[in-house]
Amino acid sequence: METRSRNLYLIPYVLWIALFVITPILLIVYYSFIDIHGNFSLINYQKFFTPVYLKMTLSSFWYAFLITAFTLIVAYPTAFLLTKTKYKHLWLLLIIVPSWINLLLKAYAFLGIFGTFGFANAMLEVFGIGTKQILFTDFSFIFVSVYIFIPFMILPIFNALDKLNPTFVDASRDLGASGWTTFWKVIVPLTIDGVKSGCQVVFIPALSLFMLTRLIAGNRVITLGTAVEQHFLVTQDWGMGSTIAVFLVIIMAVIMFFTGNRKRGL
Amino acid sequence: MSTSTIIRFENVTKQYDNDAAVLDNVSFEMERGKFYTLLGPSGCGKTTILRLISGLVEASHGKIYINDKLVNDVPANKRQVNTVFQDYALFPHLNVFENVAFGLRVKKLKNADIQKKVQEALRFVNLEAYENREISEMSGGQRQRVAIARAIVNEPEVLLLDEPLSALDLKLRTEMQYELRELQRRLGITFVFVTHDQEEALAMSDEIFVINKGKIQQRGVPTDIYDEPINRFVADFIGESNIIQGKMLRDFVVQFDGKEFECVDQGFNPNESVEVVIRPEDLEITTKEKGHLKVKVDSQLFRGVHYEICGYDENGNEWIVHSTKKAVVGEEIGLYFEPEAIHVMRLGETEEEFDARLEAYDDQGVENGN
Repeated sequence: METRSRNLYLIPYVLWIALFVITPILLIVYYSFIDIHGNFSLINYQKFFTPVYLKMTLSSFWYAFLITAFTLIVAYPTAFLLTKTKYKHLWLLLIIVPSWINLLLKAYAFLGIFGTFGFANAMLEVFGIGTKQILFTDFSFIFVSVYIFIPFMILPIFNALDKLNPTFVDASRDLGASGWTTFWKVIVPLTIDGVKSGCQVVFIPALSLFMLTRLIAGNRVITLGTAVEQHFLVTQDWGMGSTIAVFLVIIMAVIMFFTGNRKRGL
Repeated sequence: MSTSTIIRFENVTKQYDNDAAVLDNVSFEMERGKFYTLLGPSGCGKTTILRLISGLVEASHGKIYINDKLVNDVPANKRQVNTVFQDYALFPHLNVFENVAFGLRVKKLKNADIQKKVQEALRFVNLEAYENREISEMSGGQRQRVAIARAIVNEPEVLLLDEPLSALDLKLRTEMQYELRELQRRLGITFVFVTHDQEEALAMSDEIFVINKGKIQQRGVPTDIYDEPINRFVADFIGESNIIQGKMLRDFVVQFDGKEFECVDQGFNPNESVEVVIRPEDLEITTKEKGHLKVKVDSQLFRGVHYEICGYDENGNEWIVHSTKKAVVGEEIGLYFEPEAIHVMRLGETEEEFDARLEAYDDQGVENGN
């Protein structure tokens, strides 16, 4: 009786998952076996293993890695300092607020800042360096991506640091460890789960970024995400787009598996 | 100050922001190789003293010496003291061996030395076979031992223990009391043990500091603290007490409950108002005629080793008696006690004045040939 009513509550959830998660994935898998003429074939998979797409995969990985790394470098110390401030939750909120603003709006804002007559170049002018091409470079792409992902990285790390029992730090100091050693041998290992979840929520979306690649990187950076978008909207080769999507799904699953939080006592 | 002094506090005060001082102008010395207990209710400042010694908090005023060296500006990681924390604070990401090895690895000892010392420390606390266990697989008592091993492997001169037994069940706690005392004897180093449990303090310590409201109320060997409490707080906190208002008529004669009694206390002003302490186990139940006091039994509890009998005398004072003999609730009984059972406390006496009075009284005792 009780289990039946509990199963009843599950219905909306199961429906949601079936309609919006399982079905789309099955559809993608189905389309990945359809070539551009509508026939069943394995040609898309063959094409994926050609240098063009492999290079694209590699460069996607490389950019996603760079973005994740820089985000982590900025986010960990920020989260660390946040936990030491008096009104930490207020500060955290202020850092998170920008993530509520639409991604497209923020991208356009950066177009203004990084443009030839924008704020960044004006500053370079003031310091006598002169106008530089900032937009449509690797630098601007990674900079803007890092800016966008930082709140997502800070949140899980902040939570992990905030939960860290301060007696562990006391114990480490008591046993003779300097602040630096304590940080690397106690604080980092005990908050690594937060770092892992932070990397997951940054790396996986970074792998399939597509709007920023066009707006900020001016299509000079072509990631798997861009390729999917182009195949669906421009070349109308849904089969090839789906094949790339299938690989993205597989890659994400693998990453989730390896960075997953293993259960640990205490 | 002698060469055997290891820790010395000089007028140390600890204050957070503008709140009342947690520790108020405290001075004391601790000798090498003794077992000290800081005893007091929670929030009295005992843990603050421990953290001041370990260097985890800084003194607001005053000087702290370890081994005759001023350590106010020496950070925690440079001090030759180690702590066993209340919740043990064992690192959950390291196994038993690595937890114990932590301090040695920090000091960059050779691997072979680390191996040897860790094994030795674990053998010391009877945990040889547990090297590769995760902390989460250890029971409360075992974690306690790991925490002790992790501290003593660094060969500290002082071991600080912050209520280490409070998380254990009663039986294990009693067992650990013996073990800790034994451990201190074998290591021969100074133990500073913090607790709010008076029985623990009495059982284990060479010397007890009773602390309340940021001040040391009384220090001394357990029997002195128990038999000669300085004030109402100490008498009440250490063991159970019958405390009653009285008047010291002259040396060796005290008046309370409307009667005069012979006692062994002296050095008071004539007719000085005092408080009188009689321990429940020093009261003996007898017949109404033979007793010094007549008490009507109000309630009785069976405590295992004894009965705890609570009654009221004709003036309405409450008396608690510990007796192996049973009483009958509602009946009148007599209470008998020896002059030595009466302990007289001067109101508002400081520790120095108290010690001076006892000393004067001891000297006289020697002159009289007692």
